[in-house]
Amino acid sequence: MSRKLTIDPVTRVEGHGKVTIHLDDRNNVIQSRLHIVEFRGFEKFIQGRPYWEAPVLVQRLCGICPVSHHLAAVKALDVIVGVGPDGLTPTGEKMRRLMHYGQIFQSHSLHFFHLASPDLLFGIDAPPAKRNIIEVAREFKELAVQGVMMRKFGQEIIRATAGKKVHGTGAIPGGINKNLSIEERDYFLKGEDPLNIDKMIEWSVAAIELFKDYHRKHRDMVDNFAAFPSNHLSLVRKDGALDLYHGVLRAIDHKGNKILHDVDYQNYLDYIGEEVKNWSYMKFPFLKNIGREEGWYRVGPLARLNTCDFIPSPLAQKAFEEFRAYTNGKPNNMSLHMHWARLIEVLHAAEVMKELLNDPDLQRDDLIAEGERCEEGVGVIEAPRGTLFHHYKVNKEDLITMCNLIVSTTNNNEPMNKAVREVADQMISGQKAIKEGMLNAVEVAIRAYDPCLSCATHAMGQMPLEVSLYDAEGELLDIKTK
Amino acid sequence: MGERKKKVLIYGYGNPGRQDDGLGIKLVEKLEAQAEKNGHKSMDFESNYQLNIEDAHTISTYDLVIFVDASVEKDVDDIILKTVMPTEKTEFTMHAMLPGFILYLCQNLYGKYPDTYLLSIKGYEFEFMEDMTDRAKENLKKAINLITGFLFSSGRPEYHSKVIMRGDRPE
Repeated sequence: MSRKLTIDPVTRVEGHGKVTIHLDDRNNVIQSRLHIVEFRGFEKFIQGRPYWEAPVLVQRLCGICPVSHHLAAVKALDVIVGVGPDGLTPTGEKMRRLMHYGQIFQSHSLHFFHLASPDLLFGIDAPPAKRNIIEVAREFKELAVQGVMMRKFGQEIIRATAGKKVHGTGAIPGGINKNLSIEERDYFLKGEDPLNIDKMIEWSVAAIELFKDYHRKHRDMVDNFAAFPSNHLSLVRKDGALDLYHGVLRAIDHKGNKILHDVDYQNYLDYIGEEVKNWSYMKFPFLKNIGREEGWYRVGPLARLNTCDFIPSPLAQKAFEEFRAYTNGKPNNMSLHMHWARLIEVLHAAEVMKELLNDPDLQRDDLIAEGERCEEGVGVIEAPRGTLFHHYKVNKEDLITMCNLIVSTTNNNEPMNKAVREVADQMISGQKAIKEGMLNAVEVAIRAYDPCLSCATHAMGQMPLEVSLYDAEGELLDIKTK
Repeated sequence: MGERKKKVLIYGYGNPGRQDDGLGIKLVEKLEAQAEKNGHKSMDFESNYQLNIEDAHTISTYDLVIFVDASVEKDVDDIILKTVMPTEKTEFTMHAMLPGFILYLCQNLYGKYPDTYLLSIKGYEFEFMEDMTDRAKENLKKAINLITGFLFSSGRPEYHSKVIMRGDRPE
């Protein structure tokens, strides 16, 4: 008798998805799928609105990474107002970069300390009541405080650069609407311990050591859990450096061969297609030159550290060299190494913030650049979860006539499905009894990608966590709710 | 020696781009403007899309915190002000948190937590629009009246240790 397992919704991620795993009569996995069951509608909603509203309107998509949407949208509109991706004033670009690296820092910190650390500190198969931030706060108080304060530091950077936390208006087409005052700068550079940039760097270094220590003790699990070969895609700076704000598109295959050669993202439609499947509202992007079947790719911290040649900040570069040496310079295809890569990016973000905070350009008044208006623009940014595309067309009346978004989680759709299948094969296939820890293992694989499912489908809703067992005829055998 | 003035934080959260979901943010905007106009400097204001772990640190430095949020709960007819107690209960997404969970985290990390209330304001529509519904706007007015009465009943910030107040019962 075959069975179907359903994990609904997946927990400790943002948004609402469910997983179904079909088993045959020997409990071998015959199919697994991550379904996204929310409906998207934002791209239609924004049509007919004046283009200058877009950087604020897109923050309605999701309260988790509004800064990423804000900046991707405004980068597309830079093109439309004729400034182009490279025409900003130094103050305009550096203020945006500070905002973005603040976002990366707080988002990654939240993910590691709050969402992922319970699995690492207590074990994937620990009781569910144990796997949460409260238990981390009880047993690893210092670590929990670090997570809280790192998140707070990043949020305050966003407030200082975007003007406010909710519906920030900092970035506007062609530039930025404020600079950073000396008082704001000194708050971050010389703030009362621990809220200052030097402490953030110190804690970021310590977080990498924490992961490495865990890795040393659980090497087999960390290296083999949901490990599978894939292509990787991200922006890189023109000289190959890691750059989370701007660059060209590069993709490599699982052996490290370049399959997308540092192309201009204004032409992304020439390189990337999106496939629709009838069991999910989330599309499946792929590289057109490779094809639908083999052209899927990973985005996010792991992909970025695989595609870039170096990291342009000293401490993160040192950590990067160790990371790359672990796979002998070849692409790293181990899903749980996403945490390692994410923490290296945390350190890099902290170093970049320090460099920017010490840059006098942030106190200058040349905020806006101007150019010749055109009708179409694409903005791409490396959001915390991966490459984020915003594409707009605008008519002569300044109204948006077309919007296309490919968000990070959508880019990771097929990899997350692969990760689910890998874990299902490793931990569930052939087992006589299905335990809660096995189902959490599936969630751990998805969680490593830090998916934002609300973002990917642009909707809201709520469902309880439900695990259902079905036989081959579709009869419900058992149901459990978390 | 006079009694130390209590530090008060009014914290609205929600997404103002989603119609009535922005009720908490709107209340903070209006109340902050009102406090500035009337010269009330004894309280701070904060807004965000949702509550998160860093708010445990934020509230740890206050004596009184009032969270303000839009609500679709059945027990909220228009507005309701309730005491919040620490709780381990979390949302499954863990990217957004309940006020009681923030208190619980605050207690665990900092060994204390402030007197805390949640002012829930009934909302009706949560689409991709900025304009709130007329009913939500009415509820917002009631909420502002309730909270100003609660905080400024004798011309200076005051509060009670336990309270459940509804819109039609300002005290």
